[in-house]
Amino acid sequence: MLSLTPEEWTAIRLSLRIAIWATLVALPFGIAVAWVLARKTFWGKTLLDGLVHLPLVLPPVVTGYLLLITLGRRAPLGAFLADNFGIVFSFRWTGAALACGLMAFPLLVRPIRLSFEAVDRRLEQAASTLGASRFWIFFTVTLPLALPGVIAGMVLCFAKALGEFGATITFVSNIPGETQTISAAIYSYTQVPEGDAGALRLVVVATLIAMAALIASEWLARRVGRRVHGA
Amino acid sequence: MLAVDVVKRLGEIKVEASFASGEAALALFGPSGAGKTSIVSMIAGLVTPDRGRIVVDGEVLFDSDTGIDVPAHRRAVGYVFQDGRLFPHLTVAGNLDYGRWMRGLPRDPAMQKRVVEMLGIGALLPRRPGTLSGGERQRVAIGRALLMRPRLLLLDEPFASLDAARKAEIVPYLERLRDQAGVPIVYVSHDPAEIRRIATHVVRIAAGRVVASGGVDVLEG
Repeated sequence: MLSLTPEEWTAIRLSLRIAIWATLVALPFGIAVAWVLARKTFWGKTLLDGLVHLPLVLPPVVTGYLLLITLGRRAPLGAFLADNFGIVFSFRWTGAALACGLMAFPLLVRPIRLSFEAVDRRLEQAASTLGASRFWIFFTVTLPLALPGVIAGMVLCFAKALGEFGATITFVSNIPGETQTISAAIYSYTQVPEGDAGALRLVVVATLIAMAALIASEWLARRVGRRVHGA
Repeated sequence: MLAVDVVKRLGEIKVEASFASGEAALALFGPSGAGKTSIVSMIAGLVTPDRGRIVVDGEVLFDSDTGIDVPAHRRAVGYVFQDGRLFPHLTVAGNLDYGRWMRGLPRDPAMQKRVVEMLGIGALLPRRPGTLSGGERQRVAIGRALLMRPRLLLLDEPFASLDAARKAEIVPYLERLRDQAGVPIVYVSHDPAEIRRIATHVVRIAAGRVVASGGVDVLEG
């Protein structure tokens, strides 16, 4: 069996915490952006679509560096947030969660958008004749019917956030106990002699977590799919 | 009392219809593509007329002159669609309760029981729409529209997707609906035989216009 060192456990717990927070905080924004992209036509929609997908095509180190120069402690916005609200991202696990959430955002939005596009608008019309306002139509018809896409997006987001490396290490560095995730710890192991065993242990752990997330999402998607398709 | 006077251009055809009825069961009769569905969609508030006026029981739902356009969800006009449109993620019971819930009406088990018995859907309550037959689905759709306590019930070719046997199974329920529910209905169909059994007032539509209005003898025209 694997015998992990306390530092490795810390990295695992930190990775999970970062990935879970990144997913949960990104979710409402992801749903909102997916809905806007699926349902609205407006000037600048192509631009918004491009911005959302940008982290997917930019080198991660660029995204990380952009975060550093906007939200770093010496950057105007970063200093403003730190002085007025006590919110500090740089070299904190919260910054890692932000970087991961941003990098994973396109993967979150895409399946949700597709499932919004697939929702039968005629059911929304039926809901309106039954007295539902647009707000209630969204929460009682549109969102429940799009739930399989929401789950798929969350799993992709979580998996991406769990493995994110480039933007995170650029923005918040690789500090054991604060910002050293599984990926960063593996990287550190590869930089020292005799690090192979530790790297391998963490590789196994990362694989197990990823598999568990996939299996859980398959199971959830099947359950929800049955509900949504009314069988 | 229902009074409709609307103009709407829809691609090829122009709907220009004016009629009024105080009967318990009004039928809109005419061939497919005559604009019947567009007219009921305008009554329900799903389609906005280019101009005109729609009044139900003295309340103006739409009036282009004064700029009144009550949104669909505040019209309390029940709509049974050709294709049922039950919510697939809710059970039959959940579908039936949806309108009451959305309109913030108190629970009324007695009324619920009456409607469920009238439509013979008691055994279906825990099931999901995906497992229902076409006829069952339409009966649930009728119940769902009734239980939101509409002041007017629109039935848009509710049998269009059913075979003759299923139709014969539902028509008696509609007769009971007309006689027992106490809600005026507007029944859309291209089938004179159906209309004869259900409606007392017939408005005949052709190419978007009202060509005749009166008793069931209008069907012969």
